[in-house]
Amino acid sequence: MADGSKVLDVAGVSKRFGDLEVLSDISFQVDKGETVCVLGPSGSGKSTLLRCINWLERPDAGQVYLNGMQVGINGAGVVMNDRELSQIRTRIGMVFQHFALWPHLTVLQNLMEAPIQVQRRPKAEVRDGALALLSKVGLLEKQNAFPAKLSGGQKQRVGIARALAMRPDLLLFDEPTSALDPELVGEVLLVMRDLAREGRTMVIVTHEMAFAREAATRILFLDRGRVIESAAPDRFFAHPETERARQFVQRYAGDTAGQQWQRLGKRT
Amino acid sequence: MIHDFGIVWDERSLLLSGLANTTILSVLSAAAALLLGFVVTPALMSKRRPVAWAARGFVDGMRCVPFLLFAYIIYYGFPSLGVRLDNWTSGLLALTIYNAAYMAEILRGAWAAQPREPIEAGTAFGFSEVRLFRRLILPPLLLAAGPVIGNQMIQIIKDSAFLTIIALPELTHAASSIQSRHYVPFAAFITAVFLYWGLCLVIEAGVSSIGRVADARR
Repeated sequence: MADGSKVLDVAGVSKRFGDLEVLSDISFQVDKGETVCVLGPSGSGKSTLLRCINWLERPDAGQVYLNGMQVGINGAGVVMNDRELSQIRTRIGMVFQHFALWPHLTVLQNLMEAPIQVQRRPKAEVRDGALALLSKVGLLEKQNAFPAKLSGGQKQRVGIARALAMRPDLLLFDEPTSALDPELVGEVLLVMRDLAREGRTMVIVTHEMAFAREAATRILFLDRGRVIESAAPDRFFAHPETERARQFVQRYAGDTAGQQWQRLGKRT
Repeated sequence: MIHDFGIVWDERSLLLSGLANTTILSVLSAAAALLLGFVVTPALMSKRRPVAWAARGFVDGMRCVPFLLFAYIIYYGFPSLGVRLDNWTSGLLALTIYNAAYMAEILRGAWAAQPREPIEAGTAFGFSEVRLFRRLILPPLLLAAGPVIGNQMIQIIKDSAFLTIIALPELTHAASSIQSRHYVPFAAFITAVFLYWGLCLVIEAGVSSIGRVADARR
């Protein structure tokens, strides 16, 4: 049953691609203001889990609730049509691994496109909000640049600002720093850390252990399509309960991007 | 020789109306072919085999038929099937259908080369299918395909010259009547060539301005 106090409630979600069971009976909840980091080896189903939350992938079983309202299935119990689905999706912001900016639009237009076209908000208000977000991610001077002219780190900061421009109830991050050169990872993580501190509700799939340890309120560890651990970050990293998680934590203990993040963290 | 060009100059109204007709024919059929291309392209990429095969058959078939022969079939061949079309309708129809096959293939290539993630981002941000296509799929697609579409337009302009054989009063037809009336073949045809060239220069200017817009985004 949906719990209205939770921003996100994932209840028994399963997904298969052909013979491969990618997600198997996944359940977890996210409170308002929580930053949940989803960790796990590649192929453990992390990205598919995110994509099932906003129904980019349709789950085979289980339910997803956003603020108590079911995603993908309408009040009459049937699969949502294009318009219903679109309406609920505008309340979930998503940040993509390869940025997925719209190449024919400028940075500012990228931020304004969905609020104006989909949410039908007034242009002047959207523009003010978009400019404020760009200055927040430090890219105000790039407002008229096209995405192709930006560095990877700048693209991803635009990607984050674009998601925020929708004023979403929930933010999903799908490996937001995995496509970046190591020296550009830090600037993106700093923006994400600030969002966590502001109390945005976020679900982040990442391989940045140092970031997860500092910014997450909770770690969800996925292995072969199942949540095998769910714990506070200190506890997860210091005393993983399962052998799989222990191996995973050890293997990532000395990752270089993480060290760079720690340096940046000390600086600010 | 100067005298010959003087004769052509005296017949300029005929040439200009030919040029106007060539322009109308080319623009109309290019626009219609592009629109038709947008119908055929999804069929080419369809997961339903029979649909994809039918579309592929049409595209490959058209590309292997000489345009002149295709125009003959529509104007002279169709009446034996009980379909009689006037020369304008036949000409427009022939140019449109023939080039729709090329347009479909051009669009398919550009579509397949578009990155998938920005389109998926549109879905995730709540764009419904129609708005997604109009706002986020179509503009980058046209920017990417613009130069090749422009090239095809030049092809259409040149193909339209064949329609003189079904007595369509386009530019080649006008030049041809001037030369037969006054026997000034060189002057009449060379003038027509320069007028075709001018038309193509206009298209190329359009293409390069699309190219500039696209380059700013690359």
